[in-house]
Amino acid sequence: MDLYEYQGRELFERHGLPVLAGGVATTPEEARAIAERLGGRVVVKAQVKVGGRGKAGGVKLAEGADEAVARATDILGMEIKGHTVNKVMLTVTADIAEEYYLSYLLDRANRTFLCIASVAGGMDIEQVAAETPERVAKIPIDANVGVDEAKAREIVAAAKFPADVVEQVVPIAVRLWQAFIAEDATLVEVNPLARTTDGRVLCLDAKVSLDDNAGFRHPDHEALVDKAAVDPLEQRAKEKDLNYVKLDGEVGIIGNGAGLVMSTLDVVAYAGESYGGVKPANFLDIGGGASAAVMANGLEIVLSDPSVRSVFVNVFGGITACDEVANGIVQALALLKERGETVNKPLVVRLDGNNAEAGRAILDAANNPLVERVDTMDGAARRAAELAAAGV
Amino acid sequence: MAIWLTKDSKVIVQGMTGSEGMKHTRRMLAAGTTIVGGVNPRKAGQTVRFDDLNPATELPVFASVADAMAETGADVTVIFVPPQFTKGAVIEAIDAGIPLAVVITEGIPVHDTAAFWAYNVAQGERTRIIGPNCPGIASPGASNAGIIPADITGPGRIGLVSKSGTLTYQLMYELRDIGFSTCVGIGGDPVIGTTHIDALAAFQADPETDAIVMIGEIGGDAEERAAEFIKANVTKPVVGYIAGFTAPPGKTMGHAGAIISGSAGTAEAKKAALEAVGVKVGKTPTETARLMREIMSGN
Repeated sequence: MDLYEYQGRELFERHGLPVLAGGVATTPEEARAIAERLGGRVVVKAQVKVGGRGKAGGVKLAEGADEAVARATDILGMEIKGHTVNKVMLTVTADIAEEYYLSYLLDRANRTFLCIASVAGGMDIEQVAAETPERVAKIPIDANVGVDEAKAREIVAAAKFPADVVEQVVPIAVRLWQAFIAEDATLVEVNPLARTTDGRVLCLDAKVSLDDNAGFRHPDHEALVDKAAVDPLEQRAKEKDLNYVKLDGEVGIIGNGAGLVMSTLDVVAYAGESYGGVKPANFLDIGGGASAAVMANGLEIVLSDPSVRSVFVNVFGGITACDEVANGIVQALALLKERGETVNKPLVVRLDGNNAEAGRAILDAANNPLVERVDTMDGAARRAAELAAAGV
Repeated sequence: MAIWLTKDSKVIVQGMTGSEGMKHTRRMLAAGTTIVGGVNPRKAGQTVRFDDLNPATELPVFASVADAMAETGADVTVIFVPPQFTKGAVIEAIDAGIPLAVVITEGIPVHDTAAFWAYNVAQGERTRIIGPNCPGIASPGASNAGIIPADITGPGRIGLVSKSGTLTYQLMYELRDIGFSTCVGIGGDPVIGTTHIDALAAFQADPETDAIVMIGEIGGDAEERAAEFIKANVTKPVVGYIAGFTAPPGKTMGHAGAIISGSAGTAEAKKAALEAVGVKVGKTPTETARLMREIMSGN
C-alpha cells in the first residue's frame, strides 16, 4: 500500500523525524482552521498518488488564511493525471538552501535492503542517477544488522554530505531506518531532505509504501486505506476475501492461481485482437482449493460489472476440484435467478485437472443455455472474445 | 536422478499437525514421498495416523527439526506453518543444517523473508530454500515435496522452473505425454530463496534433464538476469513463457512480486531479454508447450 504524502508526514513525525508543522484538509473550511493554527505563509499541496502535481498546478503558496482557503478551493476537486484531489495538505514554509535525497527500500535483485543517498536531491534525482551515477550512493543494508549510528555515518560519508549537516543527517538516517523496520515498509523516501537557510535539516516530502502481508502485526495500517479511492467492486471482492482487480475491458475473467489468471488476461487480449480489440474486464483469482461458494461469490461480482459482456472461467484444478467449480457456477446462476436478477451474459468455461471429468458432467447436466464448455484455454479465450465482441 | 529431490529424499513436515499440513502430508504420502515425521514442539512424542492410506501410515511428531534429523536422517523439510511463525520455522531449519527447506506458506511479510534469507547467507547457505509462497518441488515418479498434484504427469526428461503454481500445473499437463525430471515452483514473492538461475544451473548439470521450461511473470528483473545466465552457461534448449503482458502498472495481481513499477519489470522487456539469448518464448502456455514438443521430438 502506497501512502499519501500527509500520511507519510504523520508517520515520520511519529518516528521522531523532523518535518514541517502541518495538517490535512478535505474542505476549504478545514484548510482555514489549519492555516490559522500554523500562522503566516503556508504551502497548499494536492494529495494524489502520482508524480508531477507541481507542474499540474497542485502545489501553491498562500499568504495567510484567506489565501489558503482560496488555494484549497482551487486545488480540491482538481484532476491530476486521472486522479481526483480529495485532500490537501497545508504546511508552514521553509527557505531551502540545499536539497538532498535519502531512502531505504527492498532490493529484490540482491534479496536485501538498500539505502540510496545523494546530496543532489530534489525533482531531478532520477536524471542525476541516470547521468551522474557517481553522485548517488547505494549502500546495502543487512536485514539482520540494520542501521545504527556507525552505519549511518558510513551512509553519510558515502554520499559526501557536507560536514556542517552530518550531525543532523546521522540521527535522521537512523530514525528513518527505525521507521522502515517498525512499520514493515518496503520503501521510505525523503526527497528533498532539505537544509534550510537557517541551517536546519528537514524532511520536506515523505513517500512510504507498506507491506500488505504484514497487516497482521499492524492493525493500525487498515485505517490508512483510502476507501473512497477503492473501486466499489474491488471493495466488495475484498470483503469476500477474493483477489479482484478491475480493468477496463469487456471480458470478465475468473481463474485459479495468480499466474494462470495473469496468463488468461494475456491470452484473452491476444484473442481480442481478432475481435474488435475486446480486452479483459478484470483479474479475479479464486485461489487454491476454492469451494463452490467461493466460485459463486466470484461469479456474482464479475457479472455485476456493467462493462462485462462475456465471462471466461479458466480453471486448472490442482488442489481446486473442478466439480466444486462447476457446482459453484450452477449455484451462482440459480441464486441470481432466484433474486430476480437477469443474467444474460454468456459464460465460457474451461476445466482441466483435478476432477475435470466430473466438473464437465455437472455443467452438461445443468444444460444452461448461457454456459458453453470449451476444452482448451486458447480456444475458450477466442470464444469468450468473440461473444464479448458480438455484445449481449 | 532429478534435481534436489530424489526417491532417496527423507522428508519432514513443519506444521504437519495443522489442517493444511495434514491434508498435504496425506497427499505427499499417497504420491510416494518418503515422509519420516513432523515437527511441532507442543505435540512432540505423539504420532499422527493416516489409516486411509494404503499402506496405513503412522508418523512421529518431533520437538524440533534438529531432533527429527537426528532420529530419522531427514534431509528435506516442507513448511506449512502460518505466516506469523514462518520466519522462526525457517531459521530453525537453517540452524539444524537441513539441506533443503521448501516454504509453502503464503502471505509472509517481506521483512521476515529478507531476515531469514540474510540469516541463511550468514550461515554459508547450507540450506537451499525454495519459496516462500510456492507450490514446492516434484520429481515425478520419485518424490513430491509440497502441493504440486502428483497425478498430472509422469517422469520424463524435461525440467521446469516457474514463479507460478497453476501455470506449472498447466505446462505439466500440456506436456504430460513427454514427462518431467523435476518441476520446481520458486514462488512469486519479491524475495525468494531459490531463483530461476539456481534451477537453470541445476538442470544444466543434471544428466536426466534434456531441455528446460522456464516460466516467469512481471515484476523484478529475475528473468532478465536468467537470460544473461543462459547465454553464458546453459547449452540445453530452454523454452520460456512470461505472464502479465496486459497487467497495468502499479497494480498487484495476486503475487506480491508481480507488480510493475516505472519502466522496470514488464513482460515485454523479459520476453525481449530471453529471445535475445536464443530462448524461444511462447505467446500462450499452449504455444509454449508446442515449442517444447518440437524440441523434444527433434524438429
